[in-house]
Amino acid sequence: MDEIMVLAEHRGGELRDITFEMLTMANKLGKENDIAVTAFFLGHEASDLSERLKGACDTILLMEDPELANYNADQYLMAMETVIKSRNPTLTLIGHTAMGMDLAPSMAARLSLPLATDCVEVNLAERRLDVLRQIYGGKINAHLTMKPSDQYLITLRPGSFDAEVEQGKSADAQTVPAPSWTDLRGRQFLGYLEAELEDVDIAAADILVSIGRGIGKPENIPLVQEFADSIGATLSCSRPVADEEWLPKSRQVGTSGKTVRPKIYIAFGISGAYQHQAGMKNADTIIAVNTDPRAPIFTIAHYGIVEDMLKVLPLLTEKFAK
Amino acid sequence: MDIVVCIRQVPEVTDAELEINKEGTEILKEDLVMDINEWDNYAVEEAVRIKEAHGGKVTVVTLGNEDSEDVLRTSLAMGADEAILINEEGFELSDAAAIAQGLYRAVRDLSFDLLLTGVQCSDDGWAQVGVILAEFLGLPYASLVVGIEINEGTMIVRRELESNTEEKLQIPIPAVLTIQTGINSPRYVSIMGIQKVRKIEIRGTDSEELGLSEEEIGLKGSSVASQKLSLPPVGEGAEILEGSLDEICEKTAQIVRDKGVI
Ligand SMILES: Cc1cc2nc3c(=O)[nH]c(=O)nc-3n(C[C@H](O)[C@H](O)[C@H](O)COP(=O)(O)OP(=O)(O)OC[C@H]3O[C@@H](n4cnc5c(N)ncnc54)[C@H](O)[C@@H]3O)c2cc1C
Ligand SMILES: Cc1cc2nc3c(=O)[nH]c(=O)nc-3n(C[C@H](O)[C@H](O)[C@H](O)COP(=O)(O)OP(=O)(O)OC[C@H]3O[C@@H](n4cnc5c(N)ncnc54)[C@H](O)[C@@H]3O)c2cc1C
Repeated sequence: MDEIMVLAEHRGGELRDITFEMLTMANKLGKENDIAVTAFFLGHEASDLSERLKGACDTILLMEDPELANYNADQYLMAMETVIKSRNPTLTLIGHTAMGMDLAPSMAARLSLPLATDCVEVNLAERRLDVLRQIYGGKINAHLTMKPSDQYLITLRPGSFDAEVEQGKSADAQTVPAPSWTDLRGRQFLGYLEAELEDVDIAAADILVSIGRGIGKPENIPLVQEFADSIGATLSCSRPVADEEWLPKSRQVGTSGKTVRPKIYIAFGISGAYQHQAGMKNADTIIAVNTDPRAPIFTIAHYGIVEDMLKVLPLLTEKFAK
Repeated sequence: MDIVVCIRQVPEVTDAELEINKEGTEILKEDLVMDINEWDNYAVEEAVRIKEAHGGKVTVVTLGNEDSEDVLRTSLAMGADEAILINEEGFELSDAAAIAQGLYRAVRDLSFDLLLTGVQCSDDGWAQVGVILAEFLGLPYASLVVGIEINEGTMIVRRELESNTEEKLQIPIPAVLTIQTGINSPRYVSIMGIQKVRKIEIRGTDSEELGLSEEEIGLKGSSVASQKLSLPPVGEGAEILEGSLDEICEKTAQIVRDKGVI
């Protein structure tokens, strides 16, 4: 059927931004192609939550079952299979999130659907689909044309479309029964774990001096600390620095760490992968220091310094010591 | 615990200047240093640690060409016991589903308790192969794993979600897990260490032996019709500070002072 289906994502009783971002995109494609947009909502006692999508799609399809209270690949796979096989949507959209990365590839394999993951732009014209992906850590753009198919599956990178989805539609709400859970593989959801107590809250800092893998080795950290101290800044970092335990995990900026909005964010030796950008792009002023003039961080920084951070740091510290 | 780990060799690109061929179909790899995919390095380390704690053996598998032998040797030096190389140039233009099909054929007859992959590759970053493999094998799985605790016939795994949140799952064994960076601190491998494992024989196979037809691999078996690469447009973005190092630092200091927060 000519339909664009968006898999709504929610956690702990809250809709995730990606749901609205996907609806923004789906409505755009829907309008261009004259195709209706359906939000598919899986949950338990979730009709109130699903109602919030009313203004932003043509149909809300709600499947409720105690087994669907929290995301679990086993149940979601069966639920998607049931619905996709009966409705045959032209395009199904899932977020490129922890949930979508877990679900979309196995779903594509199970249903033999062509899948393009982590897309930042999607075009649909006369049932042909092409997408834009950013590869090599954002250093290369890849325009992909998919082979013709009656159905496509896409995962959309978070932050690629506006989460302030345009309202104005009035969706017709329908329910679909949950399948009988016959083909589960024994994966069980036990609970959520929030981050442990932390040393400092980087989200509360006015100035963040942030370091990435370009720091080279932990022995160089005092150099950064000295500079940070000279301007009263707090130290934060990209993921590899936390992975290596050079700084505590609580200092990590990005999708799987913290979202920060300081007045000044100075990035030293950070390439600017989107998972990092997502956590800091709304800082008032961003200054990036990187030896690579084509590092993606320069596309969102306000000021750029193409130099060796290890040379820049002592000199900068000196400027503030005066 | 017998563990299979899928690993891949990728070009190191973070500080490299990337060039694209005239046709716009691939990046020029001649001058790039090749290494094990970052995520896969964590996966091999995790497998070796589980083996050290619970016994069993670790088998590493890669689908690539002769050069990919390097990543297999590195993994053997880290403590893997056996290595399989699917040596097949025909996969060059495959999508992740076809790569997963190739790996599936190579592992389906092995007996294992756990199959590990990385969450994603640092180059193409589809983040698909591990999860598709789980579906082909009909096994339970979890992606983005940052913690594994093995119990009798089952395990507790922690999956990374967004914003410093994780979820705890129970998964029966055998299963497929995709490993996220930071789950452990991978051991360092010296040239000496690699020397020591040079006598271990690497088992070679190819698409013919695995019963894969041309239709299944390469561009023919891919759901992607074509791919056009380009460098992201510049011109947008940062004002690059110019001058001597001292002038640049002076300008930077001025920008920081002007914000009036220090
Ligand atoms: C599910 C998932 C979640 C993730 N979550 C996060 C997250 O929350 N936060 C996060 O940061 N990442 C996250 N990542 C990882 C992300 O994709 C990147 O791998 C990571 O951000 C890269 O960190 P980096 O920029 O420090 O390192 P690299 O990408 O290795 O970049 C290092 C940079 O330093 C530069 N450099 C080297 N030497 C010098 C020098 N002497 N002076 C100046 N510059 C130098 C290089 O040119 C390069 O640009 C996540 C990934 C996944 C798959
Ligand atoms: C149009 C097109 C052109 C392409 N051109 C090229 C090209 O020129 N050169 C080229 O090398 N590739 C090419 N590919 C293939 C592509 O780059 C990927 O290798 C493939 O799609 C798998 O995706 P990924 O590497 O991002 O895997 P992901 O799904 O991100 O990988 C996740 C995990 O799966 C495992 N894994 C992935 N691949 C392998 C493997 N080969 N062996 C063992 N384990 C593995 C690893 O554990 C890895 O951590 C092309 C693909 C397309 C669609």
